[in-house]
Parts: sequence; C-alpha cells; structure tokens
Amino acid sequence: MTGPSGPVTGSPSGGSFKRRVSRFLSARPRVRLASLLTAPALWLVVLYVGSLIALFVTSFYRLNEDGTAIDETIGSSNYHELFSVSVYRDIAVRTIGVAVLVTLIDMVLALPIAFFIAKLARPKLRTILITAVLVPLWGSYLVKAFAWRALLGSPGGVIDKTFGSSPGYGLPAVVIVLSYLWLPYMIVPIYAGLDRLPDSLLEASNDLGAGFWLTFRSVVVPMLLPAIVAGSVFTFSLSMGDYIAVELVGGPTQMIGSVVYDNFASNLPFAAAFATVPILVMVVYLLGIRRTGALENL
Amino acid sequence: MTRRTINRRATVAIGLAVAVLAAASCGSDSKSSGSGAKAPTAIGKGEGSLQLIAWAGYAEDGSTDPAYDWVSKFETDSGCKVDVKIGNTSDEMFQLMQTGEYDGVSASGDASVRLIDAGLVAPVNTGLVKNYADISPFLKDTDYNSSDGKNYGIPHGWGANYLMYRTDVVTTPPDSWSVVFDKNSPYKGKVTAYDAPIYIADAANYLATAQPDLGIKDPYSLTQKQFDAAVALLKDQRSVIGEYWSNYAVSQTAFEQGSIVLGTTWQVIANLALGNKAPVATVLPKEGSTGWSDTWMVSAKAKHPNCMYLWMDYVTSPEVQAQVAYYFGEAPANPKACALITDDPTHCDVYKATDADFAKAIKFWATPRKKCLDGSGDNCVPFSEWIKAWTEIKG
Repeated sequence: MTGPSGPVTGSPSGGSFKRRVSRFLSARPRVRLASLLTAPALWLVVLYVGSLIALFVTSFYRLNEDGTAIDETIGSSNYHELFSVSVYRDIAVRTIGVAVLVTLIDMVLALPIAFFIAKLARPKLRTILITAVLVPLWGSYLVKAFAWRALLGSPGGVIDKTFGSSPGYGLPAVVIVLSYLWLPYMIVPIYAGLDRLPDSLLEASNDLGAGFWLTFRSVVVPMLLPAIVAGSVFTFSLSMGDYIAVELVGGPTQMIGSVVYDNFASNLPFAAAFATVPILVMVVYLLGIRRTGALENL
Repeated sequence: MTRRTINRRATVAIGLAVAVLAAASCGSDSKSSGSGAKAPTAIGKGEGSLQLIAWAGYAEDGSTDPAYDWVSKFETDSGCKVDVKIGNTSDEMFQLMQTGEYDGVSASGDASVRLIDAGLVAPVNTGLVKNYADISPFLKDTDYNSSDGKNYGIPHGWGANYLMYRTDVVTTPPDSWSVVFDKNSPYKGKVTAYDAPIYIADAANYLATAQPDLGIKDPYSLTQKQFDAAVALLKDQRSVIGEYWSNYAVSQTAFEQGSIVLGTTWQVIANLALGNKAPVATVLPKEGSTGWSDTWMVSAKAKHPNCMYLWMDYVTSPEVQAQVAYYFGEAPANPKACALITDDPTHCDVYKATDADFAKAIKFWATPRKKCLDGSGDNCVPFSEWIKAWTEIKG
C-alpha cells in the first residue's frame, strides 16, 4: 500500500489481525465481493441449478425392460413417449387447466378480500384480518389436505352430512382444495399492491364522477396488475406441481404431479422427463409476464 | 452498460459451472454390484440402531394400537433402536432400497427379484437365524427369495389379497371378482382398486377363469394379447372406480365413511376398519386371488447388519410371528406360532397356514419380465410395459 488510498483512514501501524483483514479487503473490492458471494452462489448453483441439471440428464436415461435398473445411455425415448401417447397430453392439458382455474378463482376471491383489508378496514381490524389470512400458512399442508378429505367425502363427509350433498372426490374437489390452499399467496401480493395505491387516486376518480366499478376497472385494476400477476405466479406454479391434494381428494384423477410421483418409484427417467413439462410451462409463463413488471412484485 | 457486462459475465460463469456439474453428474456414478457380497458367518454385537422398510403392520411399536407392540421388546433385548419406514407399494420399497440408507426390507416377490437382480440385497446365512429351521418348507428356496442356490432372505408370512365390501350397502355377499370389473356396476364411483402396476395381474387372474380361451396360466407371465385383454378390462373398470388406493390408512377411512363400498384389500385394513366398528367383510372370491409372500432381506449396504440379523431372528420367533400374523391377517411363516395365537385359535386354519397346496394356488406377487417367469417362453410383457400401461389405464 502506498500512500492513503481509498476510504481507509490511517491507523499508522499493523494493529490487530481484524484490522489487517479489513484494510486488506477495503483496498480490494473484488475480493470483498467474491468472499461475500461465494457461499450463496455455490448454494444456488450446486443445489438449485445442479438438481435441475440432474433432473434433465436423468430424463434422457431409460428404464431397462424388466424394470430392475436404469440404463444410462442417452436417448430421447421418454420424450418420444410423452408426445406420442395421448394419455400424457391429456394429463398435461388437465393439469394446466386446473392451474388456470385455481388461479382465476383465487383472483376473484382475493381481490375483494384484499381491497377490504387495505382500504376499508380500520387499522386494528386490518391487523386481525391479515393475521387471519396468514395463519393457515403455518399449518401443515398435509393436515389441511386430509381435513378436506374428511370434509368432501361422499357419502359420509362433513359437507355431505351437513348439506345433504357433496362434490365427492374428483377433479372439482382438486380445484376447490387447491384454491383454498393457495388463496393466501394471492391475497398477500394484492394487499401489498393496494397498500401502495394512494387513497387520493380513488378520491380523485370519485370526484370526477366515476362510480365504484368504473374506478375499480380503470384505476385500481391497471395499477394492481403487476401484483395480481405476481400472485398468479404462486397459485399457478404451486397448482402445476401439486400431487398430494390430487392423491387425497382427486379420486382416480391423475395430474402431472401424481404421474411423476407414481413413476418416481417405478420409472425414474420417465418421471424426470414428465417433470420437465411443468418447468417448461413455467418458463414460458414467466417470460410472458416479464413485461408486466410483476417479477419486481414477487 | 455495467449491468450488462456483469450479466454477461455471470452468464458465462453459470454456463461454465453448469458444464462442470453436468460432467460431474455423468461421470461420478459408480455402481456397486452385490454379486461380490458374502453372507456373514457370525452375528456380532448389535450396532445400536436399525433402519427398516416394512409393510404397514409388520413392525408395530404400539403407536398405531397400544395393544400391538413387538418392536419395543426387540429394542430392549438387542439394544438396537428401530426406525421403520412404511412402504406403500413394492415399487416404493424398491426405490427406497436404492438409496442405500436402510438395513433391511420386508420385500414381496415383486420387489425381491428386482432387489436381487439389481444387487441391492446381500445373501443371507440362514444358519445364523435359529428360527429358520421351523419355517414352513414350501416358503424356503423359492424363486423369489433365492437365486443361484443362495438364500437372500428369511420368509416372514404370506396371504391373499381379499375382496372387501360394506355389508350395509352390498347386501348380497359377492363370491366373484366380476363385481369389481363390471362397468355397469350398481356401485359405480364407490369401487376401489390397488394403485400399482402389479394390480394388472388381478385382472389377468380374473380373466384366466372368465375368458379361458385367452389361455392365461400365470398372471405374471402374459403374452401381448393376454396383457392387452387385461388392460382393456381395467380401462373399463376405470369408469366405476371411486379412487385407487396405495396408502392403507386412506383406504381404511374411505371404507369407514362409506365413500368406497367394494374393492381389493389387505386383511389388515379390514381388521383396522372392523376395530373402528365399520360394517365391512372380506371374502376370497372363487377365482382365487393374487397375494404376497414376504421375505426379510438385508441391504447390500447395511450399516447395521448385526441388528438386522437379530431382527430377522426375533421377527420369525413363534411369539412374534403369532402377534404379526394375527394383527396383519396373514399366515405366519413359522407354523409354531399357530398355537400361540390365543385371540383366535382358528387363525392358522382360516389362513391355511400349513396348507402347501393352498399356498400354491395363490398367485404370489412377482416381477414380470420378458423371459417368462413360468418358463413358457421369451415373449412375455416385461414390467416396464406394465408401469406404462398402469398410467394409461388411470387416464
């Protein structure tokens, strides 16, 4: 070190070890940055990207004929099968359909709830309501899914006993349960978006003669769009990957997640190949919404 | 400008990392083969711990029902603390064994052959298991628990898959599997079936009687034509299925609340439901049934082999066999247990525990392969096709 450079203000001689380290680092911003970022970057690359790569590589292997071992020669037979056998297309379409439906239902439910919490409720009530929305997230997903199993059973379930009929186990039950499970993930971003929306805008719209619906349509929704889309990323992706709710309340229904789960034990390479489908769908979805600015709202 | 350069640099760095990782994940797989594994010649001191994969009801520690606990005594006697992972299907057990984290497994025939072929289990020195001598002779040295003259496990127990029905809804007791395969069933939406590819054998077993011109002799050795017929039958059945089950507790609650009234089951599920006062009954239909004959096997990578040998000896002792057989609803492998089942002195007669001919009539689960299991040729539909067909059947 020659002369006083940078922000280091001179302690004249060597001093403690700590001091030497800090002097060394302050003169070398790159080393500083590297030592800060190495651990999280390794974590991200090895665990996160690494597992995705392992998944992708596995999807090109195949199960040997008698199902006893995995044949590690690279080939596209799994993907060939995915595209040539109609049942997999049906399952993929069904899964995307469920994800879209769950997202729409959660949007419709979350908007008025979030609006009430953010704009109409008094501060004390607001805290209570926000807590009420978040508390279910502390409960185990599995417990909630089993609870819905007890509710929806037909005959013999709680809903059936109380109201005389119940949708029973099947595709409708899957949509109901997933909508319930992921609702908080939609309410929270919309609430945050509404919280940032100045009341003065709503008042101005009102002063200019717009009614509730016109204000909602032309002021609230456009400003909230990024928040809504951010919420939809959660509800859509979580629904795409679900397999436990389908297993418990779906009756004989299969979704991508349940096929992956079934094949995980018996045909791992095929499970890996099918698991790339929701990943691709999510990549397309995320690329599509990048322009809305929603990714900054996540 | 700066941001873009950083981005580009980051991309290059990640790209490099990805390439390295990909290379690593391709190259680092070293397969250990079980063929070199040798059976031990003596049981050493217990290692203090035992990791088991078991069917529900095989290793009870009192947490399901305080009246049924044979694991605690083993833990006290041997000093091996037991952790049990329940396997719901043979496929799940096979997958769990591949992790190498477990010491042993109670494998049915449709997992045991695969486990031996894949080198995941070690040969067993049956001489070290003193109760082995008492085990029913027709369970020893079978093609699902030994290979090349080497034993790969200790028989545990066996039984058939039963047809269960709600007596309050299905008032005429069924005597044929036809009730679960009837696509005009009055119980549409309330029928259940076992959720695993091996269930295709149940359809094949029914067709062996219902359509004799197909010429099905062994439901695990099917020609393409026979296989297609079984799959077609199951696709018809799909329209009356309320849900498929693989988790025994889920199936039990479905029968208890009545959302399912008819379908294939294990006796242990019926016993649990009966314990909760559900009006259910089981029957072994006239076509016979598929079934299981289970074997305790030692992992080739067992970290606690001594505890596993101690367990295998303990679990085949007459006292424990009596408890397991009564609780699970199966024939004990060790017939000395029969006299000790005090809750039901007729247990072994009901399950025909010592009846070798009856055991022969049950189609024990086995892994189908191209080289037909019954020796009828080399053109049988292999298990990989069964797996694919099962997803297509469920639709």
